[in-house]
Amino acid sequence: MKILSKIYTAIIFVFLYAPIVVLIVFSFNESKSRSVWKGFSLKWYENLFNDEMIISALLTSLEVAVLAAVFSTIIGTAAAVGLKSMNKRLRSAMLTLNNIPMVNPDIVTGISMMLLFVAIFSATGLMHPGFVTLVTAHITFCIPYVILSVLPKLNQMNPSIYEAAQDLGCPPLRAFMKVVLPEIMPGIITGMMMAFTLSLDDFVISYFTSGSTAQTLPMVIYSMTKRRLSPKVNALSAIMFLIVLVLLIAVNIRQIRAAAIKRKKTAVE
Amino acid sequence: MKKDSWLASPFMVWVLIFTVVPLGMVCWYAFTDASGAFTFENILKIGTYWDYLKDSLIMGAVATALCLLLGYPLAYIMSRASWGAQQTMMMLLMLPQWMNFLLRTYSWMTLLENNGLINNILGRIGLGPFHMINTKGAIILGMVYNFLPYMILPIYSVMEKIHDSLFEAARDLGANRFNTMRRVVFPLSLPGVITGITMVFVPSVSTFVISQMLGGGRNMLIGDVIERLFVGAAPNYNVGAALSLVLMVLILISMAVMKKFDDGEETGGLMM
Repeated sequence: MKILSKIYTAIIFVFLYAPIVVLIVFSFNESKSRSVWKGFSLKWYENLFNDEMIISALLTSLEVAVLAAVFSTIIGTAAAVGLKSMNKRLRSAMLTLNNIPMVNPDIVTGISMMLLFVAIFSATGLMHPGFVTLVTAHITFCIPYVILSVLPKLNQMNPSIYEAAQDLGCPPLRAFMKVVLPEIMPGIITGMMMAFTLSLDDFVISYFTSGSTAQTLPMVIYSMTKRRLSPKVNALSAIMFLIVLVLLIAVNIRQIRAAAIKRKKTAVE
Repeated sequence: MKKDSWLASPFMVWVLIFTVVPLGMVCWYAFTDASGAFTFENILKIGTYWDYLKDSLIMGAVATALCLLLGYPLAYIMSRASWGAQQTMMMLLMLPQWMNFLLRTYSWMTLLENNGLINNILGRIGLGPFHMINTKGAIILGMVYNFLPYMILPIYSVMEKIHDSLFEAARDLGANRFNTMRRVVFPLSLPGVITGITMVFVPSVSTFVISQMLGGGRNMLIGDVIERLFVGAAPNYNVGAALSLVLMVLILISMAVMKKFDDGEETGGLMM
């Protein structure tokens, strides 16, 4: 039985990793073929770094992710603190609304915001579909993850220490900064990292909300896979996999993605 | 901290404008025609697109069932492994999730191609070539590959909490391995199973990326239809919104049904 479990586990992990290994191996292939090995070469990496569209899309992705992470963290953290002191009925209503983007299929979230942005633009001429709408959409789908990361930390905190600080003459804002913020900091940081990585990773919502002027990296990857496939995509995959691996070893981001799935899980439940 | 509730107001405004209003607009578009007059026509168009919707539901269900079949044993093995092994397997499970899912799907494109690696290897031993890409099977494979961890994780997290003493108790009371699984482990893991099913089914039914990359545009799903109605050559927001609304309602209904099933089973488990 033990040996059977080991074999089964191995099969599943081979299934999960084999395609990625093949992808990375063929990024070093001399020829354009993705199935016949013609010798070692780094030319696809060279091609990749000379591809201006990919580099500029990468920069756009990073800009969007930073802005989305910062704004969703600020709005989400404030919201969590506010929700904590709300009456129960209003809070649970707000938390239900908070769950909507997590439970809804991405395509529905994407097209619903697209309808709004198109309407705003045609009515006022503001928010031309592009970078601004992209960031707005990303903030929207990141906020729920921040709130669900900060709220448990607030629930764990003893509320008396905040009151004690004020009783001892500390003004509310300062008491918040000195007492509450350090307590909930781990939740805020988790939420922010989650927002950053989810934003970098998103394709579907970006696809519907970015108009034609702003392109993120996943959007460029998508258009590359629709046209003639190039081993450049393999090279890009290999680099991204390497970066993640280094980050996993260097920083403890290991739990972030699993935690993001857990947040989504609680929303689904 | 009673007076801090105002801090939630930016969030409330944000949710109102960017979540509630857009969903309201989906409903509005679904029930109006191009001139803005009320109509049921868009919703009734479902008849025209019924085949795509049916295909999506069937393929989503098959992919979900496969994920459950493949994922359940692994979740069980993980939950019974040593702490260190659990941590390692968890990390190995999450590592591919860090790669963009377009790239993960793309990796199967290159494997399944007519002159791809699998046919290449099979050809050397005198088999094939098999036509794999641009088939329904390829799409289902893509769904399973991308969403399998969403099934394993929730099941693992409930199984991990099942205490070893329960296994001992079952054994002491004369249950064999099969009966322990059937009457102890399975009922207790049900909440995880339900969550896993939802987390795999929702993205599978609504995908348009996997079907476009691995189905080659010939096997359209409801997601593809919606995508084309919004960003295609001949957009029709009204019909697109109606189809999205139907998709959303179907998903909500299936989630509610699953939840009912979960509650019912839980009391059943207690009475056991």
